[in-house]
Amino acid sequence: MATTAAIPATGAAHDASSESGLWSWIATVDHKRIGTLYLFTALFFFLFGGLEAFLIRLQLAQPNQHLVSAEFYNQLFTMHGTTMVFLAVMPLSAAFFNYLIPLQIGARDVAFPRLNAFSYWVYLLGGIFITVPIFFQVAPNGGWFGYAPLTTIQFSGGMNIDFWVMGLQILGISSLAAAFNFITTIINMRAPGMTLMRMPMFTWMSFIVQFLLVLAFPPITIALVFLLFDRFFGTQFYAIAAGADPLLWQHLFWVFGHPEVYILILPAFGLVSEILPTFSKKPLFGYHVMVYSGIMIGFLGFGVWAHHMFAVGLGATADAIFAMATMLIAIPTGVKIFNWIATIWGGEVTFTTPMKFAIGLVALFTIGGISGVMHSSAPADTQQTDTYFVVAHFHYVLFGGSIMGIFGGIYHYFPKMFGRYMSEKLGTWHFWLNFVGMNLTFFPMHFSGLLGMPRRIYTYDAGQGWEKFNLASTIGTALLVIATLVFVINFLKSRKGGAPAPNDAWGAGTLEWSIPSPPPDYNFAEIPVVTSRYPLWDLKHPEMTADLAHSGPDAMTITDAHATPVHEETGHKTAAELGIPMPFPTVKPLFTALGIVIMFGGLLFMHLDKFALAMTITLGGATLLVGSLYAWLTSPLE
Amino acid sequence: MATAEHTHEHVHYTATGLDNRKIAIWAFIGSECMLFASLISTYLIYKGRSIVGPFPHEAWTSPAGQVFKPILNIPVTSVSTFVLLMSSLAMVLALAAVENRGKPGYVGTALGNSKLWLATTAALGATFLGFQAFEFTSFVHEGLTIRTNLFGSSFFTLTGFHGAHVTVGVLWLMTLLFIDFKRGLTPKDSLIVDICALYWHFVDVVWIAIFTLVYLIK
Repeated sequence: MATTAAIPATGAAHDASSESGLWSWIATVDHKRIGTLYLFTALFFFLFGGLEAFLIRLQLAQPNQHLVSAEFYNQLFTMHGTTMVFLAVMPLSAAFFNYLIPLQIGARDVAFPRLNAFSYWVYLLGGIFITVPIFFQVAPNGGWFGYAPLTTIQFSGGMNIDFWVMGLQILGISSLAAAFNFITTIINMRAPGMTLMRMPMFTWMSFIVQFLLVLAFPPITIALVFLLFDRFFGTQFYAIAAGADPLLWQHLFWVFGHPEVYILILPAFGLVSEILPTFSKKPLFGYHVMVYSGIMIGFLGFGVWAHHMFAVGLGATADAIFAMATMLIAIPTGVKIFNWIATIWGGEVTFTTPMKFAIGLVALFTIGGISGVMHSSAPADTQQTDTYFVVAHFHYVLFGGSIMGIFGGIYHYFPKMFGRYMSEKLGTWHFWLNFVGMNLTFFPMHFSGLLGMPRRIYTYDAGQGWEKFNLASTIGTALLVIATLVFVINFLKSRKGGAPAPNDAWGAGTLEWSIPSPPPDYNFAEIPVVTSRYPLWDLKHPEMTADLAHSGPDAMTITDAHATPVHEETGHKTAAELGIPMPFPTVKPLFTALGIVIMFGGLLFMHLDKFALAMTITLGGATLLVGSLYAWLTSPLE
Repeated sequence: MATAEHTHEHVHYTATGLDNRKIAIWAFIGSECMLFASLISTYLIYKGRSIVGPFPHEAWTSPAGQVFKPILNIPVTSVSTFVLLMSSLAMVLALAAVENRGKPGYVGTALGNSKLWLATTAALGATFLGFQAFEFTSFVHEGLTIRTNLFGSSFFTLTGFHGAHVTVGVLWLMTLLFIDFKRGLTPKDSLIVDICALYWHFVDVVWIAIFTLVYLIK
């Protein structure tokens, strides 16, 4: 190659991963770039959802405030929940799925790179679709759970709920497509010797999450289809006057909604299970039990949905069964907590920023878990339902759990993604402000809730004992805003100015650390042959993994010509020089995604009484969808 | 050979030895099970809850005195069910024809004619859709639309979703047929036919569940 001579000896080789410019991102099918896109987009939505939360807290800081109207308050809490669940935490997890799974299992990309790009574009366009209405004060206003019949056209006229129904439908397509992709990737793309029981714990937890997605999204898809048909075509699924069951939506929603809780937390559990062993210099304690408890959580997660419905009167038998099933989940979750503690126990612990966040998760999630067990008791829950006590509980597991884990993951994997460390000093500030702010915001909610303060009210009268708790929560939120600003500054500054990171930024044991930071676009020049759970520790600190099961490289058939024992790679060569076929960049998945969004969006005009226009746009979108799909499927991948 | 084709297939290592697409279609079918389970459950929950008729299995007299017969036409739907089941048989033969292309017993016989069996599968699928179109229009004429009652809403949505799946399957089969005419499907293409067949059989199995639960059980 003519350009080879021009490559500086120390710099990265010229290949697709060093290309920049808008086009290289729009047409990308590289899982690392798609992961990066997910990360930036989801962080943006996280800031947006945080801003909505801050407005909510400002409104509630004192009794009888009228900073925002009651109607706009409904939009704020609906969009705060919807944004954080579907546009922030799930896609932040997806950023890690994308970036890490192929690296952790020793693959060059996901199973279906173009489907991966499609998932991202559907997510981005769906996110814009559901978010933009708030600028026109027509954002969804029926809560993130959108209970029908409240959300039927009879009780919620206007287009607010239309945006929500279609937005979630679109986002569901993204999650499902990604889940099929990652299931296939994890089952089929593992490097030789990477048996299921050698997979890093993050990949394991992600694997379970993909099954939850595949099985939990169809029920909400159908619930949304019914709501869409009720609102647009006059069906009667949620029409009580026609004999409909007022609980149909609640059942379908929570059959999705409870597994969704584990969809949100298990990836964070996975990240923490990578961080704790790394900074304790010990293999994860009880690996098998960690895997089985994760599977158990996922399995039980489908059998507890009605604990969200204790107050609706399902009867004593149903309540008792769901209460007991819910209590059972505390067992595998408790097992995880103790295994993490046992991992740290007796280790050479270094308190880096990722480690602080990981320990933060273990502590704060436990508090949320304990209030969760309190909810599982049906009689107690009927007292707590729809009070701030519940808000306190689920923010301890979602903020204290998922978000702490994800922040830990970002600090941990930032050096891998961008080749530079984030600032430890700012990271420490971020952690402590976050930790204090989080507890100051959500701990008082236990008390305001037990004193009877209902959720979702836009203001309240003085003299009910709620004032000081609400003020404390608002001050806590202000701390969280400052904490997040510190994070944003750290993130942006470190991308260009952080200390350079080597391959193995933290002395970790798994495959992703054997390749350069950031990795070349082909990831592994030679497919590694894996002989244990911590291949890099085998290489550098064999004493640390002496007690774990190993197999020699000769114990398996090496079927790939490129496969070699695990070693550190330099990544100076391009894919072309190494003769590795790379997928072509393509915008066809983007146009397919665009077709889907236009198809749904067109229906909106039906509620503006423009039937012909609605049908034209919808059919136009469908044509774009089918055309792009055929063009995509008939063009070669690489 | 006039058009000697070079297939650019890189044989990728996979952990299971199976093609990625085969695993993905099974994951997809798992998801589809939950989709139809939700639809069928809703239909069953709403069974007998409609306040006004027409009803599936009972006659109904409207307050105005108009009499509505039980609306489901089981003999006609039995025929369409038979047609769909036979399409699965044709699908099996189509896959066998592609897999065994060039083998003795298949060359020059109807058994080895993948175009015939793909076309038959698609035609039987389209016939099923024709029956469904007839059923839907006759129901509308008899006074049952998707807006009439809970039965209408849940029935048309459930069977409509199934019909949409059959439609996608017919388009898929016609695409395979087009490829077969254009360049000929060889044993190397077994996988793409196999995946389509898995989908097609799944849609067929779902119909058996629907036919039993909606039509046969009163």
